[in-house]
Amino acid sequence: MLNFFLLIVIYTGIYALMAIGQNVITGYAGMLSLCQAGFFAIGSYATAILSTTYGWSFWATLPVAALLSALFGVLIGLPTLRLKGDYLAIATLGFAEIVRNVLNNWDSLTRGPMGIQKIPMPSIFGFVINPYKKTGFLVMTIIFVLIAYFLFQRLARSRMGRALEAIREDEIAAESMGINTTKYKVWAFAIGASVAGVAGSLQAVFSLSVTPGTYTFMVSIMVLCMVVLGGMGNFKAVILGAFIIQLISYFPQLVGLSSMIPPQFKQILFGLILVVMMIWRPQGLLGREVRDYSRLTGEKGSVFRKKAKQAVSSTQGGER
Amino acid sequence: MGSVSEFFQHLMNGLTLGGIYALIALGYTMVYGILKFINFAHGDILMVGAYIGLFVFDGLRGDAPLGVWTFTAFLIAMLVSMAGCGVLGMVIERVAYKPLRKATRLAPLLSAIGVSFILSNSAAWMFGTQSRKLAYPFHNDSIVVGGVVITPHQILILAVSFIMMIVLKLFIDNTRMGKAMRATSLDQDTARLMGIDVNQVISLTFAIGSALAAVGGMLIALDFKVYPTMGTMTGLKAFVAAVVGGIGNITGAMVGGILLGILETFGVAIFGIPQGLKDTIAFGILIIILLVKPEGLLGKAEKEKV
Repeated sequence: MLNFFLLIVIYTGIYALMAIGQNVITGYAGMLSLCQAGFFAIGSYATAILSTTYGWSFWATLPVAALLSALFGVLIGLPTLRLKGDYLAIATLGFAEIVRNVLNNWDSLTRGPMGIQKIPMPSIFGFVINPYKKTGFLVMTIIFVLIAYFLFQRLARSRMGRALEAIREDEIAAESMGINTTKYKVWAFAIGASVAGVAGSLQAVFSLSVTPGTYTFMVSIMVLCMVVLGGMGNFKAVILGAFIIQLISYFPQLVGLSSMIPPQFKQILFGLILVVMMIWRPQGLLGREVRDYSRLTGEKGSVFRKKAKQAVSSTQGGER
Repeated sequence: MGSVSEFFQHLMNGLTLGGIYALIALGYTMVYGILKFINFAHGDILMVGAYIGLFVFDGLRGDAPLGVWTFTAFLIAMLVSMAGCGVLGMVIERVAYKPLRKATRLAPLLSAIGVSFILSNSAAWMFGTQSRKLAYPFHNDSIVVGGVVITPHQILILAVSFIMMIVLKLFIDNTRMGKAMRATSLDQDTARLMGIDVNQVISLTFAIGSALAAVGGMLIALDFKVYPTMGTMTGLKAFVAAVVGGIGNITGAMVGGILLGILETFGVAIFGIPQGLKDTIAFGILIIILLVKPEGLLGKAEKEKV
């Protein structure tokens, strides 16, 4: 039981990384991307291939996984993000399918549907992080999530974070304020992709094998659900969302009813979560994070803060 | 077989496939024209249509030998499937999209993805994940015309899809309701001021688009199999067809669909793209069209105003 709970927490961590990336893309920049599964797969296969065929250590494959995912992110982002409209959603949906298609068919590199087995366990200072013993792996995952959380929290407060929020609120206004919208959108997309690549690396050394069947559209939907459920634009919230979604997804096994509840039920539930949240609570469980600029502007009075909060809460329900 | 007849053979196959894409693309483009959003659930409505058609056809046909009755049964199944999907489309719009008309741009998209996921997984739960085959409603002995092999079901697909497209085009260009649809897609607020019931127009748009998707689903089922996720890839390709033709443009969707069908068939047969990567052709075309002519072949470039 405890072991099973640890498993859920580890998966929460791996998916939280993807959700953090999705949050930058969807929560901050307001773009709908549907291919975290694709970048997840690219990261996993980068680690799997480099560490089995070429004998690289896990730590050396990490930056490759991140950069490769980011590179593909830029490749799809450049043609689609220059345009207005929702082409990104369709292009990314297609891209994720194609990644899986290629993984399934490129036998010489990926061994097709059989996948790659016997991925070596990562080790640090001679200490092997054995996924079967869970605790060590759990600590590693938590450290990864914490690093990502703090990095992305800094990023959100930087010039780039503000630019992305401006783009989300009104692209034309943002452009007329001198923000290079395409540049920031492509950057956001690449960064969101790279962190999903890192999550993929972790997944590879956690399950010690990779098969194309792991990286379905379902993964992208789960990540999207985490962001929508927790709250778009709030990194703490998406980590909470990741935990809730993982809990739902393993709930039948957790209570020992997996033989009675058909596997489709959780998927139908994920679909319902998306629809219901959009209609009744579009800001998510925790809502968007309110940023307080009073320290920056030197204004101490709470008037500014109150006004900012009012403005945010009034737009949150029905911002356009 | 000479290379000329081979060319016509592939053209014929491409046209059949393209006719189906065009039917499905119409649903995307009509909804986009009016509500400016991509109805992700459209591909899954197609799947539901295929299942309804399959069940009704099997039920009506029983053990009857192929003949006039089986063909009639097929047409009845198609009508039932169109009606069922039309209602389904309207209900989806009422429940999942209408409350979000004034919300952020992202909200209806996310809701549509949710609906799509609900539909495909409900189908998997109710009907199982195994694929089924829609039986041919008549003898499928191929006819050879000048070295080109044509099967009767190809003729059926071509006839049905082209009749549907012509009827739709006439409806939109010549009837009062069609005019109301065009007005709504141009400017919703002004249309409302002119006394057009915009909600009714939107409902009707979803009904027509979904009914056409149901036909597309049944026609596809003649060639391929019926399974819960059959709508995903087909829907994606039909969307590409809509973008190629110019999204929001009805004629564009027809041209785009047929063009995509032909390019896909030629890509495999003439340019030697491996069968396993056939699905990537549409995606490549999408990227190229977005880079070169993002407004599509027949679309007008729109300058957005503040």
